[in-house]
Amino acid sequence: MGRLKNVFATRWGIISVGAFIGVFAALLQKWGNPGNMGICVACFDRDIAGALGLHRADVVQYMRPEIIGFVLGSLFAAYLFKEFRSRAGSAPIVRFVLGVFAMIGALVFLGCPWRALLRLSAGDGNAIFGLAGLIGGIWIGTLFLKGGYNLGRADKTHTSVGWLFPLIMLAFLILRLVFPPLDGQARNGVLFYSLKGPGSMYAPLAASLLIGLAVGFLAQRSRFCTMGAFRDLILFRQNHLFLGLLTLAVFAFLTNLIVGQFHPGFAAQPVAHTMSLWNFGGMVVAGLAFALAGGCPGRQLFLAGEGDGDAAVFVLGMIVGAGIAHNFGMASSPSGVGPHGVAGVIISLLSCLFIGFTMRQKAA
Amino acid sequence: MAQIVDARGLSCPQPVLMTMQEIKKTGKGQIEVLVDTDTSKENVSRAAASQGWQVGNISAEGEGYRILIKKDA
Repeated sequence: MGRLKNVFATRWGIISVGAFIGVFAALLQKWGNPGNMGICVACFDRDIAGALGLHRADVVQYMRPEIIGFVLGSLFAAYLFKEFRSRAGSAPIVRFVLGVFAMIGALVFLGCPWRALLRLSAGDGNAIFGLAGLIGGIWIGTLFLKGGYNLGRADKTHTSVGWLFPLIMLAFLILRLVFPPLDGQARNGVLFYSLKGPGSMYAPLAASLLIGLAVGFLAQRSRFCTMGAFRDLILFRQNHLFLGLLTLAVFAFLTNLIVGQFHPGFAAQPVAHTMSLWNFGGMVVAGLAFALAGGCPGRQLFLAGEGDGDAAVFVLGMIVGAGIAHNFGMASSPSGVGPHGVAGVIISLLSCLFIGFTMRQKAA
Repeated sequence: MAQIVDARGLSCPQPVLMTMQEIKKTGKGQIEVLVDTDTSKENVSRAAASQGWQVGNISAEGEGYRILIKKDA
């Protein structure tokens, strides 16, 4: 083939990508992103849902440039290394629904797997219960995988199909540029903004976008995936992706120590609550949904960037799921789980189990 | 005669799962795995190597790859 070997797919490749994400996630917080939320794919998808007016939680509305950068950075890497492949058609409705449930679970805990690691690396002990739940959920997922769970094959399709999601992100970027946040205004043009709360906290646009692009590029090359890290460890005893995850946590911890963002404890942690059972339960749901969909929320964005239309549908499910979670009172807040958070976890878990039990098929 | 595992169009971790199943079933010999993404190519190669199988020729086929893995005795 005469093609360059993919250095990022090596052991040192995944380790260096984990380190990059860990350092810059902690720095993004230093530069303005919310507490222990330098990067959180679930939270940022939710903020985007808010910016578009899909929910009424006025404290979490911001068109996050990091998410846009992830997708466009991955698109760029995929084209540069001739890996862009437009594909779709592997049970998209199931992937949408899994995205919805993944978001409901993640918003009960208040974070995606990346943020669970960032919370832990900043001393938030509640993250331990979230990570335990995540591993538990992924473990259930591996049982389904061993039992033949399979969403079927995707088909190669028109190049423009794979371009749709990156184009949506480009449109979001244009909206963010045309309607920037204005001091003291909760709205500019079509975009909603937060005047207080996590949605009002953000790093400068250039920092968010450039780091997002770099992470998207590196993660596409290295196949970085937090769900895959635990799944491969449980299913195949392979630690390749896990090394990346571990490095992310270690380097975020070191960076937090250096810049003074490490505050060990359980109470009064930023954008977190102390209801351990539901921190655990929320992430069981999220972990199972990620495992059944084949990737953590970050990985789904990178896949969507390299032409995977099914991963794009999962992300759209997460964005819509954020609207449902907040509008139905299922999302948590620092004071604890929402009025319908417990019901949300139980219904989502049962639904994911239904998907896992009933969708076994031989790959024909 | 190599066994053929067709994992084209399948997403993670199906290509690796199918390869591992075939490795367990055959024990030794040659297996050809068909995949359609670079990620799957890397994952299948890594998994085969971890099971003590040699990764032989990887050829481009259509939009994807044909990976030959083998183990003697």
